[in-house]
Amino acid sequence: MPEYLPTVLVFAALIAAGWTLIGLLRDRGPDRILLGALALIEVGLLAQAVLGIAGLAGAEREVASVTFVGYLLGILLVLPIAAAWALAERSRWGNAVLLVGCLAIPVMIVRLQQVWDGQGV
Amino acid sequence: MSDGARGAGPRAPAGALRHGPGRALIAVYALFALSATARSGVQLATRFDEAPVPYLLSAFAALMYALATVALARGSESSRVLATVICLVELLGVVVVGTISMLTPEAFPEATVWSGFGSGYGYVPLLLPVLGLVWLRMAGRGARGAAQDRRAR
Repeated sequence: MPEYLPTVLVFAALIAAGWTLIGLLRDRGPDRILLGALALIEVGLLAQAVLGIAGLAGAEREVASVTFVGYLLGILLVLPIAAAWALAERSRWGNAVLLVGCLAIPVMIVRLQQVWDGQGV
Repeated sequence: MSDGARGAGPRAPAGALRHGPGRALIAVYALFALSATARSGVQLATRFDEAPVPYLLSAFAALMYALATVALARGSESSRVLATVICLVELLGVVVVGTISMLTPEAFPEATVWSGFGSGYGYVPLLLPVLGLVWLRMAGRGARGAAQDRRAR
C-alpha cells in the first residue's frame, strides 16, 4: 500500500473535522463544501481499500488479514452512514454527527497501519 | 434558541431523543457498536480460547452499545427505559472492570473496551453512559412536559 495515501486521508479527515467544528460553533448545518470534501475522502478510502487488499495479496510477511480487510471495508461505511444520519437533521447537530464520523477516520487509519505493521490484531 | 435545541425543548415529541445533541450521541454509540461488535467478533472467532472472560466481556459491551444505539434512536417510552437501564449497566461495567483491571492487571491480560476505565478508547466508554443518562434526563423532561400539555388541552 502506498505510504502517502493513508497520511493524506488522515489530514483530509482532520481538516473536514475542523470544518464541521466551525459549523457547529457557528450554529450552522452541514454545507455543500463539506459534503463534497467528504465524498472525495470516501473516494480516497475506496482507493485505499482496493490498494490495501491488492497489497495484502502480495505481502511477504504475516498480516492479520481478517482484521486488516475488516478495517479497510468497515471504514467505508462510516462517512455514508454519518452523512445520512446528519442530513436527516440540517441543524448544527448534523455537523456534530459528521464531526464524530470525521474523527473516526484517522483513528481507524492509525489502527489499520498498526495491523499492517503487525502490531496487535 | 437554535433550531438544534428543539429536541430538548419543553415541547419535545416522543422521538425527541434522536434530535439535537442526541443525534451526535447516537452517532458515537453507533460507532462504538460497530467497532466493538467487529472487534469482539474477530476475537471470539479466532482466539476465544486464549482469554474467554475478557472476550466475552467485549462481546457483552458490544451488545450494550448496539442496544443503546437502537433504543436511543427509537426513543419511544419503553426504549427510553431500556436506554436508561443500558446506560446504567455500561456505567457499572466500565467502573467495575476499570477498577479490577487497575487493581489486578493479570485478571485482564487482553484489554477489553472497559479496561482502565476505557483508557484505550480515550475514556469515551466512561463518558458515554454519563452523557447518555444526562441526555435521557434532559430529553425525558421535555417529553413529559409535552405529555402534560396534551393532557391539559
